[in-house]
Amino acid sequence: MIGTMAHAAPYVGYVYPNETDIPWSVLIVIYPYITGLVAGAFIVSSLYHVFGMVQYKPVARFALLTAVSFMFFVPTPLLLHLGNPQRAFNAVLTPHWTSAMAAFSYVAGFYICLLLLEIWFAFRADIVALSKTTRGPLGTVYRLMTLGSDDVSPHALALDHKFATVLAMIGIPAAGGLHGYVGFLFGSVKAREWWSSDLMPIIFLLSAIVSGIGLLIVLYVAYSRVRKVPVDDACMKGLARTMWAFLLVVLVIEGLELLEMFYKRLEGIDMVQRLIEGPIRYGMMIQWGGSLIVLAILSVLIIFKVDGKALVRGMVVSGVAMMIAVLAMRWNVVIGGQELSKTMKGLLVYYPEIVSHEGLLAVAIVFTCPFVVLWLITRFLSPWEPEPS
Amino acid sequence: MTQQDKIIESKGSNLVRRNFFLRMLGIGTACAGAWVGSGNLRANAQSAEVAAAPSPKIPDYDWNKHKWAFGVDATRCIGCLRCVEACKAENGVTQDAHHFRTWVERYVYLEGEDRAHVDSQSDAQNIAASGSEKEFRFDNRYRDAKVEKAFFVPKLCNHCTHPACVQVCPTGATYQTKDGVVLIDHSYCIGCQYCVQACPYGVREFNHVMGVTDKCTWCYHRITKGLQPACVEVCPVEARVFGDRNDPQSPISKFLRNNRVSVLKPETGNAPNVFYVGIDKEVS
Repeated sequence: MIGTMAHAAPYVGYVYPNETDIPWSVLIVIYPYITGLVAGAFIVSSLYHVFGMVQYKPVARFALLTAVSFMFFVPTPLLLHLGNPQRAFNAVLTPHWTSAMAAFSYVAGFYICLLLLEIWFAFRADIVALSKTTRGPLGTVYRLMTLGSDDVSPHALALDHKFATVLAMIGIPAAGGLHGYVGFLFGSVKAREWWSSDLMPIIFLLSAIVSGIGLLIVLYVAYSRVRKVPVDDACMKGLARTMWAFLLVVLVIEGLELLEMFYKRLEGIDMVQRLIEGPIRYGMMIQWGGSLIVLAILSVLIIFKVDGKALVRGMVVSGVAMMIAVLAMRWNVVIGGQELSKTMKGLLVYYPEIVSHEGLLAVAIVFTCPFVVLWLITRFLSPWEPEPS
Repeated sequence: MTQQDKIIESKGSNLVRRNFFLRMLGIGTACAGAWVGSGNLRANAQSAEVAAAPSPKIPDYDWNKHKWAFGVDATRCIGCLRCVEACKAENGVTQDAHHFRTWVERYVYLEGEDRAHVDSQSDAQNIAASGSEKEFRFDNRYRDAKVEKAFFVPKLCNHCTHPACVQVCPTGATYQTKDGVVLIDHSYCIGCQYCVQACPYGVREFNHVMGVTDKCTWCYHRITKGLQPACVEVCPVEARVFGDRNDPQSPISKFLRNNRVSVLKPETGNAPNVFYVGIDKEVS
């Protein structure tokens, strides 16, 4: 068999010969990223549904639809990455339980079911109303979606609300579990110095939440523009505070982890330092620079009680910057971990392919899909409260 | 498909066909283990699963009667790389500089320097010297240098007692045999490469044509017929030693008895079964 390794990674120092074939590509960067966006969006919805924070009401149902749209595509990068995707169900039908990865389909499947159930309860009154006013095939779909329950009495609606609350309460640990689990996938790999950290699940989870809030801000503002309605100031201020708090915690934890690593100076720290100064230099600059910029903007918005257009602008910049910073963090972890050789005597450099099933084009397509699906879902099931006439 | 692949595949299909009830029982037991939070219970369920797996259909071979192990005497290795060549030929390993089931590292300490210069046959200068990625040679770059100390270290799968690769495999496609060898069922591997990540020794490589992970099997197709692994067979200086630890007179039993041995990266807890003599602190 003659090899065709067009994408062998260049390296410096000494690396094991097999390491030049980088196992996990940019697709595996996008996998925890999308999962994180789901977790973040869901948490915002729960702030309203569970904690009764009414300022989040304008985006609560939209956040649920956002979460499910992205959740549908969480398995896609994984499937594209597999050498034998047709065998993916082997891990479902005959899971090997000592493997964290074996739990993926169960964790993800449970979470999708939970999201769909919660969406059904949160939208049931709308679905019933639409089933009565819509004609044609679409009307049939709405009628099927009522599942035969068209009771919209105050008692029934109160019951819906209670169910949605209970599901959201289950959903918080589930969202935490889903993303903490992704962190565990990396943190439990003792062979990789850059991954093997007990803090990995918590760092993944917290950064997931801030990236999800960022996504929600951007989408909410974009949708408001399209719908030509004003952005809710109270909601924006609430999101600013929530993002600020989670961001602060994640920065402190990540900072402390780096500090401990460099203070302890265990064997191999020189190479870790060279990794940070070398292959992931720009990634680290984007991750930390972006996060600190967001923290600064949010602090200004909160301290000076900025509102109106300036608030919206500041929040959109923060949202976009946060999403980019967290994407860079995912890159730094997933790719950075593989660029640090297991020999601890060398560094590899990963260059993503452009056009291949694991290339940047595939990533762009996978990442576009949830937005398209979200747009279609919101056309079908509007999450917005009717405007007071 | 090589002979080795055929054997692995026939063994693999046995595993695929393993009794559904036992499989469900295994899952149930494992779930219960997770529920009560008992690591031991889960570990027991796993060993029960291995015990329940039918013995591979290899004539005159009983995997319960052997305990294979490998020894490397780095003081003997001359870096001729015949082992690498034999391994590639025997096992149909991808013929390029990025896929190896075994390789050899060269450690050179120059006068006045604290750290070793390390390279393997995959190094660009060595490939230039051999003229091809399919031929293996160490170049003569240290001819005019003042070398204080130099040695070669053959590397291969450590067939660990607690293999991290087996632990992380989501389907159980990679598994440990009763005789202590870690194998991959190519017909069941989904190609996620989690095992490639988990191996601290970098011995796993990805076969892009088949979409599955591959690695050294200690030439399982040979050792189960009473032969030596190809790399051991061709080594001209007996730097590689292989045998059955259950037999006190086997080469490996004598090797372990007569030498003070070490293993690579013991801190990982994987408990490797490739034992080294004559390696330096820089070897990892």
